[in-house]
Amino acid sequence: MGVPTDLRYSKDHEWVRVDGDGATIGITEYAAAQLGDVVFVELPDPGSTLDQFGTFGVVESVKAVSDLFAPVAGEVVEVNGELAGRPELVNEEPYGAGWMLRLRIADAAQLEQLLDAPAYEQLISET
Amino acid sequence: MGVVGERLQPSLFERSRPGRGGGKIPHPPAGALDRLPAGARREQPPALPELNEPEVVRHYVNLSQLNYAVDTGFYPLGSCTMKFNPKLNEWAARLPGFATLHPLAPDEVAQGTLELLWELEGALAEIGGMRAVSLQPAAGAQGELTGILMIRAYHRDRGDTDRTDVLVPDSSHGTNPATATMAGFRTVTVPSARDGGVDVDAFRAALGPRTAAVMITNPSTLGLFEKRIGELLEAVHEAGALAYMDGANLNAILGRFKPGEAGFDVMHFNVHKTFSTPHGGGGPGAGPVGVGERLVPYLPEPRVLREPDGSFRLERAGERATSIGRLRSYAGNTGVLVRAYAYIRAHGASGLREVSDDAVLAANYLKHRLRDTYEMPYDRPCKHEFVASAATIKRRTGVRTLDIAKRLIDHGFHPPTIYFPLIVEEGMLIEPTETESLETLDAFAEALIEIAAEAERDPALVREAPHAAPVRRLDEATAARQPNLRWRPMAGDTMPCPD
Repeated sequence: MGVPTDLRYSKDHEWVRVDGDGATIGITEYAAAQLGDVVFVELPDPGSTLDQFGTFGVVESVKAVSDLFAPVAGEVVEVNGELAGRPELVNEEPYGAGWMLRLRIADAAQLEQLLDAPAYEQLISET
Repeated sequence: MGVVGERLQPSLFERSRPGRGGGKIPHPPAGALDRLPAGARREQPPALPELNEPEVVRHYVNLSQLNYAVDTGFYPLGSCTMKFNPKLNEWAARLPGFATLHPLAPDEVAQGTLELLWELEGALAEIGGMRAVSLQPAAGAQGELTGILMIRAYHRDRGDTDRTDVLVPDSSHGTNPATATMAGFRTVTVPSARDGGVDVDAFRAALGPRTAAVMITNPSTLGLFEKRIGELLEAVHEAGALAYMDGANLNAILGRFKPGEAGFDVMHFNVHKTFSTPHGGGGPGAGPVGVGERLVPYLPEPRVLREPDGSFRLERAGERATSIGRLRSYAGNTGVLVRAYAYIRAHGASGLREVSDDAVLAANYLKHRLRDTYEMPYDRPCKHEFVASAATIKRRTGVRTLDIAKRLIDHGFHPPTIYFPLIVEEGMLIEPTETESLETLDAFAEALIEIAAEAERDPALVREAPHAAPVRRLDEATAARQPNLRWRPMAGDTMPCPD
């Protein structure tokens, strides 16, 4: 299972792709595999603000219902509307079409609290 | 490979034939329809299925025989405690004095039922080490809500209004955070220690002036007794918070551990687990709540009261201003409470202790029999249930716990709970209960050992299971993503479905 090197990761298994002051957020392939087939994703409304490590939504799989945690604080600019009809995208392309939301980052310094790819790989190999 | 097996049968709509019928229903008097307003009348008769009585009876009896139940076989569903429901309980609940009593009957004619409820409250208080009990809540989860609402009322009464947090361990039942949220609190999840127990130091760090309550299941959902519970509860009380005991696993500790004496302030009892009443589907449930001294004023109303002359009555609405109010209509679901009372009286104090001892013995026996085949992530004696993991089998053969569970159906057993608690990889939570014979426990262990061998020999056999059940592997993901909640006619000359 590959861990893309251009992303940052939270210990709660979310990834962040930074682009200027914007960030795209999703859950990792490891998280998607642990959850099993995702059947429903609940996301916040655009315009809402998220705290770092606060919950931003819920992902439901055939196994469990789990909270989603924001790896960085910011304002929600866009959510992935595709997931409403095709939640399986989270399993199929967790780092691509299965993305969940785009944020305007409130404080870029928070990114320093996240893991890089080798550190995240280390984390999932320990569990 | 079809999903639908041969033993399933067509629905009543498919079996329907125009003009066929059963009982004779009297025709309405002439002109009766004219009395209905025109707008309330159907333009066409409803497309109800038309069958004769034997067809309908056979349809449902045959369907019922596809069911797997605790009355047909071993049902080791961990956490759910699918213990046998003694038929004596059913006899007691059907006694006309209990079964035909009107819920609004005046106290004078309900003395027998009120006395039973009063005695049951006393028995549960004794078992839980609690000061008083309310039998009102209609289920364990409602009992939890009752308990946390009482804690909220307690803090408010003291003017202690900054307490917004409820702490739960990460192994808790999902109902715990749901209860906290329903009562307006914020849930803070505390990770478990490596040995599967609550992490007392992590709890200490999380406790503070904002903590309203902690919710602990003991034994935990991993089937492990929380050995440091006294220390933990001391810290909770030092922080000014109260302690809620989720009584889901009380069936493991009857006569051995009283939550109230350990310092818990409130707990609920799952009568369908500990006291052998039927689970959902067997009728309405009950989740009595016991409280220590501090929470007695807040108990729901009405309580059952004994008058100085020895008669019984229900508390009147508003009689006790501090009560959090009603949780359920009337005096709760008394039918199921009669069954719980019958179970307690049939066993007595020493019998109830034996129930727990046997449940613990059966679980440890199974755990021991399976330890060379499945991983035991927490290698210490368990209480009434234990978690086994198929993580190694999955890595080696690709066969998952889900597949093993499905294959157990072919071997004639109900699968255990799987993927709960969430903190164990490829976990299965096995709870044999106290009523199974050694032969049954051995047969189940041998089935699980054989399936592990099948996974090595012929993984596809296990991955495609069940092979012998009425339905094959169902597509749970599609069922959840695109739920099809209504029968529709397939095609051709079948009856139209009523819209």
